[in-house]
Amino acid sequence: MSDKKPKRREFLFTATTAVGAVGAAAVVWPMVDQMNPDASVKALASTEVDVSSVKPGNTITVLWRGKPVFIRRRTKEEIEEARSVKMEELIHPEKDEDRAKNPEWLVMVGVCTHLGCVPLNDKGDYNGWFCPCHGSHYDTSGRIRKGPAPWNMEVPKYEFVNANTIKIG
Amino acid sequence: MSDHDYKPKSKVGQWFNDRLPLLTLANHLTDYPTPKNLNYWWTFGGILTFCLITQIITGLTLAMHYIAHADMAFESVEHIMRDVNYGWLIRYIHANGASMFFLAVYIHIFRSLFYGSYKSPREIIWILGIVIYLLMMAAAFMGYVLPWGQMSFWGATVITNLFSAIPLVGEGIVTWLWGGYSVDNPTLTRFFTLHYLIPFLILGLVVLHIWALHVPGNNNPVGIDIKKPSKDTVPFHPYIVIKDGFALLMFMIVFAFFVFYTPNILGHADNYIEANPMVTPAHIVPEWYLLPFYAILRSVPDKLLGVVAMLSAILILAALPWLDTSKIRSAVFRPLYKQFYWILVADVLILGYVGAMPAEGLYLLIARVATAYYFLHFLVILPVLGFKERTLPVPLSITEPILGGSPNLAAARHRESKIK
Amino acid sequence: MKKLFKLILILSLFSLNSSQIFAAEKVDYLKTDWSFKGLFGKFDRATLQRGYQVYTEVCASCHSMKYLSYRNLSEEGGPEFSEAAAKAIAASFEVKDGPNADGEMFTRPGKLSDKFVMPYDNVKAAQAANGGAYPPDMSVLVKARGGGVDYIYSLLQGYEDPPSGVTLDDGVYYNKYMYGNKIRMAAPLSDGIVEYGDGTNASVEQMSKDVTTFLMWAAEPHLEARHQMGFKAIVYLIILTILVYFSMKKIWSRVESEV
Repeated sequence: MSDKKPKRREFLFTATTAVGAVGAAAVVWPMVDQMNPDASVKALASTEVDVSSVKPGNTITVLWRGKPVFIRRRTKEEIEEARSVKMEELIHPEKDEDRAKNPEWLVMVGVCTHLGCVPLNDKGDYNGWFCPCHGSHYDTSGRIRKGPAPWNMEVPKYEFVNANTIKIG
Repeated sequence: MSDHDYKPKSKVGQWFNDRLPLLTLANHLTDYPTPKNLNYWWTFGGILTFCLITQIITGLTLAMHYIAHADMAFESVEHIMRDVNYGWLIRYIHANGASMFFLAVYIHIFRSLFYGSYKSPREIIWILGIVIYLLMMAAAFMGYVLPWGQMSFWGATVITNLFSAIPLVGEGIVTWLWGGYSVDNPTLTRFFTLHYLIPFLILGLVVLHIWALHVPGNNNPVGIDIKKPSKDTVPFHPYIVIKDGFALLMFMIVFAFFVFYTPNILGHADNYIEANPMVTPAHIVPEWYLLPFYAILRSVPDKLLGVVAMLSAILILAALPWLDTSKIRSAVFRPLYKQFYWILVADVLILGYVGAMPAEGLYLLIARVATAYYFLHFLVILPVLGFKERTLPVPLSITEPILGGSPNLAAARHRESKIK
Repeated sequence: MKKLFKLILILSLFSLNSSQIFAAEKVDYLKTDWSFKGLFGKFDRATLQRGYQVYTEVCASCHSMKYLSYRNLSEEGGPEFSEAAAKAIAASFEVKDGPNADGEMFTRPGKLSDKFVMPYDNVKAAQAANGGAYPPDMSVLVKARGGGVDYIYSLLQGYEDPPSGVTLDDGVYYNKYMYGNKIRMAAPLSDGIVEYGDGTNASVEQMSKDVTTFLMWAAEPHLEARHQMGFKAIVYLIILTILVYFSMKKIWSRVESEV
C-alpha cells in the first residue's frame, strides 16, 4: 500500500464526491418539478360570469380553476348582519367591508378551509354556510364562526367588468 | 471475508441482520472479488443497469402526463414537449435512452461473444441475458407505438402481422392482439399496459442475471478460472465501482450529446405525423437496433419462413453455449475464432445496413448472403472450430508468469509495472 | 488500433439511420445560415416575429397550428412579443366557446390561453376546401419532414415551370424540391406579399427564412433552453469525468504497485 500523500488523496475523493452529489441533486429537480402545474394549467385564465339573473338572497356556483366559486347576491339583512359583528368574536378577524367591496355581492371560493369540502348554502348557526364534513359554520360574509376550520373562506381576485359581469381571476 | 463470516459491527446492525440479512448482502456486493484485469468492455453491465433505471424513472414521470388513447396520445406527447415542466427533457432522455440502452446491450453481448463468457459454468447467466434482450425488444417496440405517429401505427401493424404467418390460428391471434380488426385504440391501451409492465420484469431478471453471475464470478479477458479472493482479484468496491463510474460518465457524455443536440436523429421524421390508417409512409423502417433482424425477415421470400428465420436468429443465441465446442473461452487464445468473430461483427453490421435499405436488387442479394452466413457461423463454423482450431497456450493465472509467452494484456501490464 | 476499429464500426452503425434518410431523398437543398444551429444556437427574435407575420398572413388561411397557444408568443425562447402585444394578437381572433348558460355556443375574442384558431373545423372541411389535399398542421411540420428546415426553406423557393414532358393536372404545381415534384399548394410567397413592420425587404428568400425559423421554433419551443442546459450538462460531465479519472488512478495505484 502506497499511502504517501493521504491529504491530497482525501481532497480528491471529497471533491469528486461533492461534484457528483451536486449533479445527482440537479437531476432530481426536473423529475420533481414535472409534477408541478404545467404551463397550460398556469395560463388557465379568468372566468367571466354573467350575474344579471341572480336575485337577492340567491347564490350561484361557478367553476374556476377546478374549484367551486360562490357568488351570492346578499339581502340587506345579511349585509347588516355581516357588518355588525365585532372583530373580537371572530376566529379569523376580517372586516366584511374588505371581503365584499360591493356589499351586495359576495364572491368567494366555496371550499371549506378545514379539509376542502364544499359547504352547504343557507345552513348553519350563522345563516351563512355549513360544512357537512366536520361541522364548520360560516356567517353571511363567509367567515368561520364555529367548528374546526381555521380561516374564512378565501376571496379570489375578481372585478366587475360591467354591472352584470364578474371576472374571476 | 466470506459471507458467512460477516458480522455487522453495531448491535442494532446485528439485530437487524439476523432477521433480514441485508447487511450481509451489502457486504457481499462490496467485497465481491472481481478479476483485476477486467477491461472497459466489462463496464457495460453497470452502464446497462444505469440505462434500465433511467428508462424506468423517466418512463414513470412520462406516464403521469401521457394519455393512452388513440385520439389523444399524439396530442399528449406534444403537451409533454411543450407545457410540462422539463417535459421535453424527460421525453428526449427516454426516447434516446432506448437507443443508448440497445447500444450498450449490443456491446455487452459482443463482449461476451469475444471472451466466451457464455460458456460453462455461465450458461444460465447467458440465457437470462437473452431473455432480457427479447423483453427489451418487446418493450422498445411497444414504447415506439405510444406516441401514435405514423411510424408507431404502421410499425405496430407490420410487426403484429408477423403473427398472421402462423398456419391456421395466425389470423385469430392477430385479431386477438389488436382487440379489433386493425391496430386501434384497444391495441394502444394494451401496448401501454405491457410497456409499463415489461421494465419491471426486466428488473427482476436483471437481479437473477447478477445473482447467477455471482455464483461462478466474472469471466475475464484471459478467460481462465481464477481463485477468489486472491492476488488475481480486487474487491468490487471501490475498484470496480470507480472504474464502472468512469466508463458510465463517458457514456453519459455521448448520451447527453444526443439528448441535447440531436434528439431526433435516431428517430424517424414520419413519427411526427399523427397516425393515419389510410396512408402508409413511403419507407417503413424499424428503429436502428432492430434492423439486422428486419433484414433477415425480408431476405426470406416465404412469409412463414421469414418469421421463423428472424426468430431463430435470436433464439439460436440461447443454444450458443452448446454450439461452441471449444474449451477455451477467450478469443485472445483462439486465433481462428478471433477472425470469424470479426467477420460476424461485420456480417451483423451489413445486415443492419441492408435492413435500412429497400428490399430489392443488390440489397436483397447481400441480405440473403449475410443471413446465410449468420446461421452458418453459429450452426457450422462454431461447432467445427472447437475441434479443428489450434489454440494458443493459456496462462495459469492472471498475475503468474505465462506458459509459452502468449500475447496477453495482463502480462504486458505486469511487465510494464515491473519496469516502473 | 483494434479498439479504434470497433469504435468506428459502432459509430457507423449509429449513423445508419440518418444516412439512410438522406440517401432515400438525395436532393441538394438550398442552404442558409440558421441561427439556431450549433452548440449555442438561438433564435433571432426579429426573425421569429417576422416569421409569425408570414404565417398568419399567408399560411394560416389553410394550415393550422393546433398545438400552439397565443401565450407561447410571449414566452421565453420564442418570438417574445410583449405580453400586451400577445394579448392583442390573441384578441384579434374570434374563438368559439361555450356552451353558455343557455346551452348555446358563442364566439368571443381570443385569450392568451387559447390555442391558435384553426382555419377549418376538421380535416374533412380542410380537404373539401383544398381539392382533396389536406394542408398539414404546421405545429411540428419541421420535425415531420426528412430534410427538416432545409427542406421547408427550399420548398418555398422551389416553384418553377415544369420541364417539358411533365404534364400537370389542374391545381397541381411543379416544385423541384417536393417528393415526386408535384405539389397541390400554389406558390404561397411572392415578393412583397407581406409588409414587414421593421422595414425588412419582404423578398421570397427573406420570407422563406423567416417563416421556416418560426416553424422550427413552433416545433421545438424549448430549443434554446435545451442548448443552454446541454452545454452546462456536458461541461459538468467532463469535469466530473476528469475528477473520477484521477480518483480511479489513485485507487488503482494501490493494486498496481502490489503486482
